[in-house]
Amino acid sequence: MLGIGWALRRFVRSSDDFFLSGRSIPAWIAGLAFISANLGAQEVIGMAASGAKYGIMTSHFYWVGAMPAMVFVGLFMMPFYYGSRARSVPEYLKLRFDEKTRGLNAITFAIMTVFSSGISMYALAKLLELVLGWNFHASIVVTGVIVLVYIFLGGLRSAIYNEVLQFFLIVLGFLPLVLLGLKDVGGWSGLTAKLATVATNAGFEPGAWTHSWKYMDSPGHNPMGMEWFGLVMGLGFALSFGYWCTDFLVVQRAMAAGSMTAARRTPLIAAIPKMLMPALVILPGMLAIGMHATQGGFLPIGNDGEPNYNMAIPMMLGHYLPSGLLGLGLTALMASFMSGMAGNVTAFNTVWTYDIYQTYVRPGQTDRHYLRVGHAATVFGILASVVAAYAATRFNNILDMLQLVFSFVNGPLFATFLLGMFWKRSTGHGAFYGLLTGTITAALHYGLTMPQGATPGIKGGFLGAALHLYPSEMALNFWTALFAWTGCFIATIVVSLLTKRTKSDEELRGLVYSLTPRLQDGHMAWFKRPVTLAVAILVVSTILNVIFW
Amino acid sequence: MDQLDVRLPIGGMFAIVGAILIAYGVFSDKAIYQRSLGINVNLWWGFVLLAFGLVMLWLAYRAYQKAKRTHSTSTP
Repeated sequence: MLGIGWALRRFVRSSDDFFLSGRSIPAWIAGLAFISANLGAQEVIGMAASGAKYGIMTSHFYWVGAMPAMVFVGLFMMPFYYGSRARSVPEYLKLRFDEKTRGLNAITFAIMTVFSSGISMYALAKLLELVLGWNFHASIVVTGVIVLVYIFLGGLRSAIYNEVLQFFLIVLGFLPLVLLGLKDVGGWSGLTAKLATVATNAGFEPGAWTHSWKYMDSPGHNPMGMEWFGLVMGLGFALSFGYWCTDFLVVQRAMAAGSMTAARRTPLIAAIPKMLMPALVILPGMLAIGMHATQGGFLPIGNDGEPNYNMAIPMMLGHYLPSGLLGLGLTALMASFMSGMAGNVTAFNTVWTYDIYQTYVRPGQTDRHYLRVGHAATVFGILASVVAAYAATRFNNILDMLQLVFSFVNGPLFATFLLGMFWKRSTGHGAFYGLLTGTITAALHYGLTMPQGATPGIKGGFLGAALHLYPSEMALNFWTALFAWTGCFIATIVVSLLTKRTKSDEELRGLVYSLTPRLQDGHMAWFKRPVTLAVAILVVSTILNVIFW
Repeated sequence: MDQLDVRLPIGGMFAIVGAILIAYGVFSDKAIYQRSLGINVNLWWGFVLLAFGLVMLWLAYRAYQKAKRTHSTSTP
């Protein structure tokens, strides 16, 4: 079963390489690739882990976070990305601001990709350990070697087509799992009853795991330890907008679309399946913790005495799927790990080679030279990922760690983009020092605060005294992102006002809102216009929020 | 066609996997379905995958026919 999956993937890979280069990609394919690039292992494993750890409040990542952000990127930001003809996010920063802003972003982005791929690597190694009974350290090595081979075989040129395939694989591989799990616990009402036990055991109101908004009046009333303001601003605004609007990995998918309209519709089309994704990735986690609490021993217990939430999906797969379908589920999972990791490592070597090495270290070398550097960067990227993978063993929920990395990188970057795209007075110096301030603010905040019960170090509080304790890792991440965003926003404005503009209005045409001609959608049928789609998406996600209030 | 329709490999793959699952569901030992609540999920989900694969292939075929028609009318 596994073999067939792999053989077919290989076939798809080699044949696409031919057909894809330089062609325009229809909006629906770009749209599916757009969410698939994000539907990696971290998402599948991490969202289920969070579903178990925090309950249905995890859905805020979708209905409060992703939906408005994807609508925003489609309606307002895509015209600049697509219109500027930049090939990467750092390149846009160079066009809009200056060389050093691009350099700083390239470096932080490179670090972030290493962390992301390290997290995938950890998750895959854990899975191999669980399913095949391998040693964890050996699994890490094997994973690293497989990814190396995968990349050197040139498997990523057709990344986008693979991602569409992978999207269907994940949906069709996990759906039977969710259906069986739901049937087993007795539907939604049965799940609610089981989760009430989970909630009361943890000292919360019975509905704390099954109501997304009701218990957000104070941080002490819900498992995530958030109140509504911090959640809406930290997650909804700083983190989600930061991720969906500035993360090269996802934005690149839309940049590859065939026309401006297709590029704008890409995130909007992606938003439709994204909206329903919680049923597929969060629900299994909630089912797992429900079973764990009422039947016991469903999730393995980690070193810190708490259940290892990351194991929710693998355990569910092993529990419900018989051989045959189990192969499909595991193939789906492995495929998402592999492409997630390979995507990050490739993004790392691209940014390193073109945006850092070629620009700063040794410009003007031959192509062969840069190719060798690219290969070396791949090896280095994988080694660095191994280090990050070991860091990930310290977190019982990989989504906590991932959002921490995002809060450092994407949080401040979104402030830079917002000002860069909508305020023509913002300058290169402003953007550079703003970004720097934002990242430093994040580090300071992280260094001075800690989640409750953690020891100072990798989980925060490394600057000695913890001034504030947050109830959960996720709460800490949201606030870090919000602080980083604010730090960057203020510093960019102040420094911009103190420095002179270096780019004329003419140079900024197509890069800044006020200097770009408005797009006219009037000629399209009303139901095809991006605005119509956007409104429909926002209405439906509001309804979903109300249903699970 | 200068571009491979992505629905073709996707449809092909799911149709084949679906067919294999159906066969496996028919011939496998029924004891393994205890964990899936006594339901022969291989058989049932095999049908779902097969249907999905065939729909994808049909869509790809339709698009191909359409492209061929427009192509042949535009060239004299």
